[in-house]
Amino acid sequence: MSTYQEFIQQNEDRDGVRFSWNLWPSSRLEATRLVVPVSCLFTPLKERPNLPPVQYEPVLCSRANCKAVLNPLSQVDFRAKIWACNFCFQRNPFPPSYAGISEVNQPAELMPQFSTIEYIVQRGTPAPLIFLYVVDTCLEEEDLQALKESLQMSLSLLPPNALVGLITFGRMVQVHELSCEGIAKSYVFRGTKDLSSKQIQEMLGLIKPAASVQQGRPAAPQDASAFCRFLQPVHRVDMNLTDLLGELQRDPWPVPQGKRPLRSTGVALSVAVGLLEGTFPNTGARVMLFIGGPPTQGPGMVVGDELKTPIRSWHDIQKDNARHLKKATKYYEALSNRSAVNGHSIDIYACALDQTGLLEMKCLSNLTGGHIVMGDSFNTSLFKQTFQRVFSKDYNGDFRMAFGGVLEVKTSRELKVCGTIGPCVSLNSKGPSVSENEMGVGGTSQWKVCSLNPSTTLGIYFEVVNQHNAPVPQGGRGAIQFVTQYQHSNTQRRIRVTTIARNWADAQSQIQHIESSFDQEAAAVLMARLGVFRAESEEGPDVLRWLDRQLIRLCQKFGQFNKDDPTSFKLSESLSLYPQFMFHLRRSPFLQVFNNSPDESSYYRHHFVRQDLTQSLIMVQPILYSYSFHGPPEPVLLDSSSILPDRILLMDTFFQLVIFHGETIAQWRKAGYQEMAEYENFKQLLQAPLDDAQEILQTRFPMPRYVDTEHGGSQARFLLSKVNPSQTHNNLYAWGQETGAPILTDDVSLQVFMDHLKKLAVSSSA
Amino acid sequence: MSQQGYVAAPPYSQAQPGMGGYQGGFGAGSAPPLYGHYGGPPQAFSAPQTGMMKSPVSSSAGMSPPPVSSQYSPNIQQNGAHPQRYPAPPAVSAPYGQPQHSPFNSMGSSGPPPAQQLTNQMSAMNMGNYAPGPMQSPPPPTSPVAQLHFQTPPPQAMGQPPGPQSPHMSNEMSPQQSLPASMSMAGPPMAGPPMAGQPMGGPPMGSQSMGGPPMGGQSMGGPPMGGQSMGGQLMGGQSMGGQSMGGQSMGGQSMGGQSMGGQSMGGPPMGGQSMGGPPVVGPPMAGMGRPFSGPSPPGPGGFQQPGPGPAGSPGYPQQAGQFGGHMAGPQPGMPGAFPGMPGGLAGPPQKKLDPDSIPSIIQVIEDDKAKQGGQVFSTNIRGQVPPLVTTDFTVQDQGNASPRFMRCTSYSLPSTAELAKQCQVPLASIIKPFANLPKNETPLYVVNHGETGPVRCNRCKAYMCPYMQFIDGGRRFQCAFCNCVNEVPVFYFQHLDHMGRRADFYEKPELSLGSYEFVATLDYCKNNKIPNPPAYIFMIDVSYNNIKSGLVKLICNELKTLLEKLPREEGVDSSAIKVGFVTYNKVLHFYNVKSALAQPQMMVVSDTAEMFVPLLDGFLVNYQESKAVIYNLLDQIPDMFADSNESETVFAPVIQAGMEAFKAAECSGKLFIFHSSMPTAEAPGKLKNRDDKKLVGTDKEKTLFQPQKGVFEQLSKECVTQGCCVDLFLFPSQYVDLATMADVPSHTGGSVFKYNNFQMEADGEHFLRDLRKDVQKSIGFDAIMRVRTSTGFRATDFYGAIHMNNTTDIEMAAVDCDNAVTVEFKHDDALSEETGALIQCALLYTTISGQRRLRIHNLSLNCSSQLSELYKSCETDSLINFFAKSAYRAILNQPVKNVRDILVNQTAHMLACYRKNCASPSAASQLILPDAMKVFPVYMNSLMKTAPLVGSTELPTDDRAHQRLSVMGMGVEDTQLLLYPRLIPMHNLDVNSEVAPAPVRCSEERLADSGMFLLENGHAMFLWLGQASPPDLIQSIFNLPSLAHLQGHMSALPELDNPLSKKVRLIICDLLEKRPNSMKLQIVRQKDKPEMLFRQFLVEDKGLHGGASYMDFLCYVHREIRQLLS
Repeated sequence: MSTYQEFIQQNEDRDGVRFSWNLWPSSRLEATRLVVPVSCLFTPLKERPNLPPVQYEPVLCSRANCKAVLNPLSQVDFRAKIWACNFCFQRNPFPPSYAGISEVNQPAELMPQFSTIEYIVQRGTPAPLIFLYVVDTCLEEEDLQALKESLQMSLSLLPPNALVGLITFGRMVQVHELSCEGIAKSYVFRGTKDLSSKQIQEMLGLIKPAASVQQGRPAAPQDASAFCRFLQPVHRVDMNLTDLLGELQRDPWPVPQGKRPLRSTGVALSVAVGLLEGTFPNTGARVMLFIGGPPTQGPGMVVGDELKTPIRSWHDIQKDNARHLKKATKYYEALSNRSAVNGHSIDIYACALDQTGLLEMKCLSNLTGGHIVMGDSFNTSLFKQTFQRVFSKDYNGDFRMAFGGVLEVKTSRELKVCGTIGPCVSLNSKGPSVSENEMGVGGTSQWKVCSLNPSTTLGIYFEVVNQHNAPVPQGGRGAIQFVTQYQHSNTQRRIRVTTIARNWADAQSQIQHIESSFDQEAAAVLMARLGVFRAESEEGPDVLRWLDRQLIRLCQKFGQFNKDDPTSFKLSESLSLYPQFMFHLRRSPFLQVFNNSPDESSYYRHHFVRQDLTQSLIMVQPILYSYSFHGPPEPVLLDSSSILPDRILLMDTFFQLVIFHGETIAQWRKAGYQEMAEYENFKQLLQAPLDDAQEILQTRFPMPRYVDTEHGGSQARFLLSKVNPSQTHNNLYAWGQETGAPILTDDVSLQVFMDHLKKLAVSSSA
Repeated sequence: MSQQGYVAAPPYSQAQPGMGGYQGGFGAGSAPPLYGHYGGPPQAFSAPQTGMMKSPVSSSAGMSPPPVSSQYSPNIQQNGAHPQRYPAPPAVSAPYGQPQHSPFNSMGSSGPPPAQQLTNQMSAMNMGNYAPGPMQSPPPPTSPVAQLHFQTPPPQAMGQPPGPQSPHMSNEMSPQQSLPASMSMAGPPMAGPPMAGQPMGGPPMGSQSMGGPPMGGQSMGGPPMGGQSMGGQLMGGQSMGGQSMGGQSMGGQSMGGQSMGGQSMGGPPMGGQSMGGPPVVGPPMAGMGRPFSGPSPPGPGGFQQPGPGPAGSPGYPQQAGQFGGHMAGPQPGMPGAFPGMPGGLAGPPQKKLDPDSIPSIIQVIEDDKAKQGGQVFSTNIRGQVPPLVTTDFTVQDQGNASPRFMRCTSYSLPSTAELAKQCQVPLASIIKPFANLPKNETPLYVVNHGETGPVRCNRCKAYMCPYMQFIDGGRRFQCAFCNCVNEVPVFYFQHLDHMGRRADFYEKPELSLGSYEFVATLDYCKNNKIPNPPAYIFMIDVSYNNIKSGLVKLICNELKTLLEKLPREEGVDSSAIKVGFVTYNKVLHFYNVKSALAQPQMMVVSDTAEMFVPLLDGFLVNYQESKAVIYNLLDQIPDMFADSNESETVFAPVIQAGMEAFKAAECSGKLFIFHSSMPTAEAPGKLKNRDDKKLVGTDKEKTLFQPQKGVFEQLSKECVTQGCCVDLFLFPSQYVDLATMADVPSHTGGSVFKYNNFQMEADGEHFLRDLRKDVQKSIGFDAIMRVRTSTGFRATDFYGAIHMNNTTDIEMAAVDCDNAVTVEFKHDDALSEETGALIQCALLYTTISGQRRLRIHNLSLNCSSQLSELYKSCETDSLINFFAKSAYRAILNQPVKNVRDILVNQTAHMLACYRKNCASPSAASQLILPDAMKVFPVYMNSLMKTAPLVGSTELPTDDRAHQRLSVMGMGVEDTQLLLYPRLIPMHNLDVNSEVAPAPVRCSEERLADSGMFLLENGHAMFLWLGQASPPDLIQSIFNLPSLAHLQGHMSALPELDNPLSKKVRLIICDLLEKRPNSMKLQIVRQKDKPEMLFRQFLVEDKGLHGGASYMDFLCYVHREIRQLLS
């Protein structure tokens, strides 16, 4: 076991890859019977401080539909200066520059430790990064002020040569011209009119109206200074823009009593996308949308401006009572796709107490790799720090962001790729390694990931296509190559290539090996992604049923039991945690909409399908630490029994950090013992979880909501809703024990869940 | 005619068909009084006549005396008198005349007596003949001769004719002309009858003359006739006329031969007289006659200039030519005119009869001034005819609205619809609800009836006014309009005195005054919300043209000072009016000039397809508060676009934007749009060049005046609904489809100012004066006007820069002190002579400070079953205002030619009706005009010569459309001035006098080679310098050694320190101040090319682009009348 643990860890560190199975069943039939598909979580830009990029271009297989990159798994004939592609077996001569190659003089890409290697491509002119702020001005004065300050601050964080632009909107949409002296100039669009990209560009004066363009001549060459009016290098317009932001006023249109302000988010985005489309297609750009409420007019409207009509809830949606939902979603999807095609990503920073329409707008970020940040107000550290962290830099001083990524997956013959789940869109590139069976976004071997950061992780699903009657030769290995082209934040174009291989195993004879190669963490996350992906389009209960069935089948396959004897059921260690993950997943906000608004669900799901394995696991099953006088801090069960009066608990759900003071501790704290010198240790106890929380806060993106509460406090609900309700009002007195806190819920506890699972797994009728 | 009516017909229809009243004459006749001139007077008969003519006083003695009122009687008397005088004529006539008479019989018989008379017969004859317009040709010869003749003859006209003239005529004629001609001539002379016959349409002659042929002939003859026309006319006129052809030819000859002239004289006198007739006749007649006679009396002063002497040589070469035949000239013209209408008019030269013999507007104006100038006019008498608009007087409101607010075409309405129909005199009122009052008249009182709003009649909703009858001890009142009896609200109760008047009669303006205002309550506000103060938005076209011409800079600079002077309420420090700024080419730029900003912000809206306003707060601001930012903006605008080479513009979206801005700000206001070119950019309201000169004169000509359908129509409605008035300043360098572009301004109470080929030096000051006046003038917004009338009649038609959503509410986005609405009334039922007819005009509007008010004007009129009362109480200036507006509206729907015909026909009908029903019997050949309408034909003729009606391809379509539209909103003063410009001699100024020199008649004959004349009509101003202007004059005015040094394009006189220069400048300055529009001063030298421009304003002469001279017109009308009467 330990070997597999290490192997897994090592692979993750080196290649950013975690597979559900680390031994692959050699036939399609067997693979299907494993329930959990052969799949992996892949972090394309995993930070690799020890991976210096090489300054040349990759050597590609010459076969037109292969084009795999030369890698350590390739067979190389040093004398003939020929290499054989390990995917298509094409024999390729080395390019002239490899003339000096020999067994002792190998290029980096042939060395095993460089299973992941990064090339810097010199072609093309480096394109600047572009940041286009799209700012809602229908905010409270205080919020707007905070937002303005954040934006002004951000100017100092941008790379000096980056281009910035500013669009503000409320009832109208204003595109600000940044290069003008004297009078501040802006172009205004009506907030209710859907304009085509061409119209927008015409209206901004970026292109001449069609009528005046001479026939036969292609569109007049774009006037370079024309688009520069709206997108200017930071260093040049720093002052101007700071002033402009400073003078930014709240939307001046009066809002009658009982109405929402008119917010033209849809048109604003359309203008932003249209502007970038016309000026910088296929260049890395971030549209950063800051909103303080839902779009209330024009295309993309989510809710009307009557306050008496509340914004849609899950209830409304289920009853098909959300009249703007479909139209708005469709509108934003169309925008997202346009934006994705051009490699522009869209971030949404939504700060409001009520919903802001993230449900409808989520695709903007989901499809383009943008961020979604949700907060209560722009005047909170949650927003301020999160926003600041968008511009964080790595150990090299480069921004932790990359643009215009294209991920290509190549597989050896026995495998095909079914699809991915993550912040990407399909590029519709058919090829030999594309499976007909789609999981997630499939039907292609290439995906566009408009914006990437080091933690962006995609779930990639494969299918074993080897037929049962054509066994793979013993010792044969399957290989997968991930080729990620992207624009580095320093404007270089780079290509990162990761090539991995796993052994084939005959499922019938080597089932034990396969079982022990199971990575239950990865598998849980991968299955969860499938579940979440389904939940976007299916009814919640159906998804849960599907998940349950998968779990039961897995248990039936790998559990040891006697038929119809639940007590005899046993799972091996490599699967032992998996049911628990599933239990918590079932209760998680990713699949449960109860108690969450549609916006919140969208927000949670958004982050779930892009974070790496560790973070994802935290989301599925929050971590609970306990601090007490009884010993050093320790992780404890996420169970109501862990809630004791003399403990401080720290729970990390990824989205929230909750510090919970047990009843006794809370009383002590209230009494002020920590202020007394003789209770120094109590003070330290109180401090410990704070310090740990701080550590997490420092690194997490987005900043979690930080909650400090105590027994009986209203905010304690965050904790109570997460723990396994092993004690509830239903069984509390029956147990008659003094441990833990009862949870007022009718949810089943893990115990009950497991009992049912066992029963079903062993049932012969299942 | 009447029947033909335009669509507008109403007016016409009313008119009575025909009376053909006085054929004889040139109504001028009636005027008798005026025409004193006839040199002719000398003679006994003439004398009296003249007297009549000129100043009733002298001559006719009793008769003539009071011109107006007693008109009729006077007339009669005059007539009587005349007869006497005439007597002679008769004799004469015998030769020629009688015959004529006879034909006309009625005429004839009466003829003599009627004073008005102008010889009529003759004249009639002449008419026909004149047409021939022999004038032209004759000129040379004629002039000398003719003049002579005429002059002398005139006087004689009456008497003499017979004798001497005839001879002449015949002589001349015969000689020159071919036999036939002579024949004809002779004929006429001979046979008075023939003459008559002709005119009458009787036999050949008449018919001919009348008939097309003559016309044509005339026209034809135009030239040839020209000269002789005169002669011909008279004489042959008839005969000739008949022969049309011959006539002309004759004419020509005649002309040639002065003989003609002579003849005319001779023969004519009588017959010719027809022409002369008028002259001869009483006045007119006399006049006419004189012309002929003129010669003999040598044009005694009056004519002289015109006719004779001067004519001859120096002065009017051209004219002279024409006129040369003075006499001839006119006549011919006449004929031509009428006959050929168009062509004819054009006709050449006419010769004139003595021009001074025909009714003179100048004289009428001066007389009225002398009589009522400087006096107080109290409005306490029902049906009282106010002084003329040209007279300075003070109004004391004693229960009827001041004539400054309301004027009527007649102050005595016919009591039945039948009568109204019979006389065809339109019944209309011209209401200028916001007219400026002179400083010495009390501004309107504001009455507040509290929360319940003004007290009104429950049934017809008329407002409390002096006509309401309180009964029942004051507890109830009876509405004077609908007779409904209403309870007096408790708070309004007051006891009645022994007279049945309320005890508070004098304390309450609404009980004792004709005009006052009510404070309107919320019920009178849009959406029941108190309106916000109005706003002015300045929208500047910053396309290449305007930048290049420097206009943008000019406007921006001017606005800085101009905005300090926004209109404000009395006693308030600063104006409540907000201001906003927009610039545009094919996109619009809005400016945020909020006072809190350090710099203005520009917001560009490119979405012209669906215009909207990008900002609210900061767009419309208080000028005083945002002054710094606005200054900054105005400084920057010219620079910002200095490099612009955008030449395409949008237009409809600009208006839309302004309207939306008002909508967003929930206020009303006015847009000042400074625009340069046809909007061709891709946007709603994009226009194409649809100017097609080929349409002129066809049935499709009307399309040139019609706005293009679509966007603008809708926009007008929206603007009116929002209270958005649009003022358009156009700076075109070519056709811009003004008819369409001005569509919105012309429905929203706005004005259109047009500066062709704007050049900073020449037009800058002119434009700025307009702009200043326009921005500063007093104004009300978001107005709805309702005209209520007492039972028996009601308002049926409305003309003005207005919008009508239904048939009663007159909606105006704004109404300023120059806007007038002409309302036409029709009978529903019989009117009571006892109670008279009441009109209440209620205007609901928003003041410049945002208060909602009701302005009420009340006017009571007489009713009478006697047409004579009606004619006596007519107001020519108002009539012509009505005719101008209705004709200008009519050309939208029918061919211009039809409209002209209708005008002439109705004129003839009105006059004929008078002749038939009111005037004492006289010879048919006499032209008899009601005293109150004696100058009506001049105006009418002038109207028909205005650009919209004249149908000439030489006139730019835009200019025609512009004039058409600008007249629609004009008040009486403006139309009066427009149709009869002031021609003021400036060469013999008394520099010490306070008074401006008296104007002279608008005719070339009044010019002098050595003179300097100022001409202005409210839209254009010329300083005309004769060829022989003395150098010292030039020196003192221009500081130049001679006329030759004068450069064109001078737009203002240099400021020189000498009394003459000062005086001249002062006069000009006063005029500019007084007129609603600023005028560009154009300096023209005699014989220079630009003089053509100037000449078209000499409305008594033949039109440059077609149209008859006054004299010709008169003759033509006379003939028409005779036809009607026969």
